[in-house]
Amino acid sequence: MLMNLQRIKMYLTMVTNALLRRKLRMFIALLAVAIGATIISGMITVYKEVPEQMGREFRAYGANLLLLPAGGSTTIQEEKLQSVYQKLQGHEIVGSAPFLYERLKINESPILVGGTDFDMVKKVSPYWQINGAMPSGSGKELLLGYELAEKFQVKPGERIILALGDGSWESPFTVSGIVRTGGKEEQFAYMDLKQMQEIVSKPGVISMAQVSVVASAAELDAFTRQMAAEEPSIHPQTVKQIASSEQTVLGKLQALVLLVTVVVLLLTLVCVGTTMTEVVSERRREIGLKKALGADNRNIAAEFFGESCMLGLLGGILGTVCGYLFAQAVGTNVFGRSLQVSVPIAVMSVVLSIAVTAIATMLPVRTAVKVEPAIVMRGE
Amino acid sequence: MSLLKLTDVAMVYGGRVTALEHVNLTVEKGDWLAIMGPSGSGKTTLMNIIGCMDKHTAGQVVLDGIDLNEVTKNELTQIRRDKIGMVFQQFHLIPYLTAVENLMVAQYYHSIPDRKEAMAALERVGLADRADHLPSELSGGEQQRVCIARALINYPVLILADEPTGNLDEKNEKLVMDLFRELNREGHTIITVTHSDKVGQAAKRIVIIEHGHLRDA
Repeated sequence: MLMNLQRIKMYLTMVTNALLRRKLRMFIALLAVAIGATIISGMITVYKEVPEQMGREFRAYGANLLLLPAGGSTTIQEEKLQSVYQKLQGHEIVGSAPFLYERLKINESPILVGGTDFDMVKKVSPYWQINGAMPSGSGKELLLGYELAEKFQVKPGERIILALGDGSWESPFTVSGIVRTGGKEEQFAYMDLKQMQEIVSKPGVISMAQVSVVASAAELDAFTRQMAAEEPSIHPQTVKQIASSEQTVLGKLQALVLLVTVVVLLLTLVCVGTTMTEVVSERRREIGLKKALGADNRNIAAEFFGESCMLGLLGGILGTVCGYLFAQAVGTNVFGRSLQVSVPIAVMSVVLSIAVTAIATMLPVRTAVKVEPAIVMRGE
Repeated sequence: MSLLKLTDVAMVYGGRVTALEHVNLTVEKGDWLAIMGPSGSGKTTLMNIIGCMDKHTAGQVVLDGIDLNEVTKNELTQIRRDKIGMVFQQFHLIPYLTAVENLMVAQYYHSIPDRKEAMAALERVGLADRADHLPSELSGGEQQRVCIARALINYPVLILADEPTGNLDEKNEKLVMDLFRELNREGHTIITVTHSDKVGQAAKRIVIIEHGHLRDA
């Protein structure tokens, strides 16, 4: 045991001194490994965090889940929504906007009016562009779609008469704002949900809800399957365009990270391999001497692999720390959030650095073990 | 039984270049042999064969009872490690290890590194106080004495010295030669290759090598 310890100690002395007392050459190799590890650990950290961050970013493009009536009904009871939200536990719900649509009239022209919660609309559909303001919910206010406003030649602040189709009710409303979305919302008018429920005498009832939730397409699909089984009165539907765009962007990002990682690994491999080849070439006489002193091929290989593994370890640790700082900078500047330290990524990055340097050393080691001890006598 | 016996040994490189031919040589235990000859005469080739660093192409070499014709390359490494101590003209110390570590490397390849024993060997050559210096911090004479201490560290049966004073000034040459005399007096078997008459005269016996042929002086 003590004998082995003495051998290990001597081995480590040789390996560390070979690195430490040949600073310049090894610094270049160390730099190559560290840069490789920086990029790899940084990219992987960013990649790991990106789906969640991107999910949050994607919420700006609108709801990714629709809750529609099912089982022959045309409406949903509002209180049923709570059970849906409970089932989405674990995912951040950015917002859930309920809508109750009814056909009403302006100047005898039928229009579709949606009663909704405007605070939630702001969260679910932040892309709505309002000229004027959203209805406050306190007075009789209406948000007109752009096409309707053009049709009736109405501007924000003006008043219009809204009536039920059968003429049993009519009342003046102030147009608080005009909404542009680039979609079919421009053909509709919107008012406060409670007012709408009162006008059409449907308290506590909605036609549908738009939900914006931070979840992947696969998670949403799993959720819709679960809902279909457990809540037959509600039919959840994933908004495919949003979910699949998210998936496409993430897929491309994944491919990019993979490509960069492979390229960086190859470059590190080439750089370390070249450096180690030069090191072997410079140290031919030393290798010959060691063989003359009785070193066998295993001794020589073990020393060079030891040097490269130590290089990989140091470069890997240095690079992983730099990579984390790089990822932090990306997280703070791009997503406005700091990222968590991931121990598995750090360990993987260091292990990968060691593996790459060890692989890069294979060819130089093959050259090293071929050196004949006789070269020391020839004085080469 | 002789420590070393070469019988009709030849060395031909690439099937064409003959470096040694019909070499016969016997070295007894405790002997000190000087091999002398001009450049290109085959001295280094002969040293490589005796030092188990190269295999001859014909004839028979027996070292300490082992027929070198019968051993593999790996076994040759083992024999070199166990039986030969080498001293080089250019010292060949490992530049990034201290004097004492250079001795411990030889122990490491042989068996177990032992700093105490390595220090004793350095003391023997008068360099205990320079143990933790790098070769670049030692003079040529000091480096050569470290090299001699390294050659002795594993108790070899034969010390091979290739131009051991070739790179030394007169004062250091004397120091090194005194050391060799002392070692030989203690019973160590030494073979030196040299151009120097002074080094050659110090040996008990001189052989001359010319054009790959060996003859007594």
